[in-house]
Amino acid sequence: MTFDDFLLAFFSLDILRQAWPILWMGLQQTLLLSAVVVPLGVLGGTVLALLSTVRHPLVRWPLMAWVDLFRAVPPLVLLVFVYAGLPFAGLEVSALGAVAIGFFLNTGAYYGEVLRAGIESVPRGQMEAARSTGLTRGQAMAWVILPQAVRNVLPDLISNTLEVVKLTSIASVVAMPELLFQARQAQSVTYNATPIMAAAVIYFLLLWPVVRLLSRLENRQIAGRR
Amino acid sequence: MSGWDRFLDSFFNLRVAAEYLPKIIDGFWLTILLAACIIATGLAAGLGLAVLRALGIRPLNWLIVFVVDLFRALPPLVVIALLYFGLPAAGVQLSGFAATWLSLSLVLMAFAEEILWAGITATPKGQWEAARSTGLSFLQTLGWVVLPQAVRMVIPPLTNRTIAITKGTALGSVVAVSEILGAAQAGVSFSFNPTPLTLGALAYVVLFFPVVILGRWVETRFAWKR
Repeated sequence: MTFDDFLLAFFSLDILRQAWPILWMGLQQTLLLSAVVVPLGVLGGTVLALLSTVRHPLVRWPLMAWVDLFRAVPPLVLLVFVYAGLPFAGLEVSALGAVAIGFFLNTGAYYGEVLRAGIESVPRGQMEAARSTGLTRGQAMAWVILPQAVRNVLPDLISNTLEVVKLTSIASVVAMPELLFQARQAQSVTYNATPIMAAAVIYFLLLWPVVRLLSRLENRQIAGRR
Repeated sequence: MSGWDRFLDSFFNLRVAAEYLPKIIDGFWLTILLAACIIATGLAAGLGLAVLRALGIRPLNWLIVFVVDLFRALPPLVVIALLYFGLPAAGVQLSGFAATWLSLSLVLMAFAEEILWAGITATPKGQWEAARSTGLSFLQTLGWVVLPQAVRMVIPPLTNRTIAITKGTALGSVVAVSEILGAAQAGVSFSFNPTPLTLGALAYVVLFFPVVILGRWVETRFAWKR
């Protein structure tokens, strides 16, 4: 195969022009999907992290089991289970519904672990001092502890969010028309690898700045900790 | 049939379970094989890149950083799709197993390099100087003095990342690898009953629950000493 053949198979401008409209739709869908599942995951994670401050064994053990269970099952398995399984239980879920449920369970558990570590990294004295100024437990948590907790684990939060955005690509498996799905469609119609290549390039351009930022934050974190 | 009976008949149907259990067990071993291959090649390649980067050759380092960023930014499923559906356009047809193995190895390589490199840079400069002054060569210093300390420092993030990427073996089901999820999905479409999916999810829990617990233990055992 000559170099020209290679270019034609992977970087054909003609094919790209044809496929661009549906790739663009796919990109929008990916962004929309991220805008739904990231807040859902953060919400679930915050609830789990707040529950983890309760020391009672009846809360503590089920909570740990919940988090570890949903960290043990691969997200794609969870997604397929929800999407293909629930209809058998008489619950018809749309692809978006299945993605939302699956991501809520999976990424919620991950965000929960990150935020729990953050809350634990805030010295006890902060809570005691905040309570002694007359703030309620809830107020102290919301205005004193959580802001510090989030700042302490910011790199992990960003890293987790990056993983969640990347993970939206598995929604293609349940026929959500997001970027990867559209690229696969275009590829199977045109018998050409350009659309998938284009999708990869789009993902890379979209997420590279985040990766760079993370790399800096992480290096600083490790250097500061030695 | 009451709702509860129907639920049991759908998700915990013993007849279907008995029929498809052998398939799921085959998938279980295939998942372990795939995971072991990914961990071996991914970590080895990551270590190799980190050592190359330590040589401090400018243009080479730029290339390494680019490759690492690339595979941190691309969703693993996109890499798999590119290798499995895209490469045939270049006349190379990888098997689903090979495509998944190669893709996830590249992803693990990128993350492992990044983490190991952070460990290497976090090792105090005095360690290098002291080791070199005893007459050790550059590579000896790296291998016998710096890396042992660096690796110890980064065991928790490295373990967690390895576990997360290993769970990506489920993505192999998209490219017809009959690992656990693939075997379970085939079972569902043959039996028109979601019990194989329940078995599959259980198989993942059996496989990864101990691993997640191990990750937790490693995290506390090798915790950063501040």
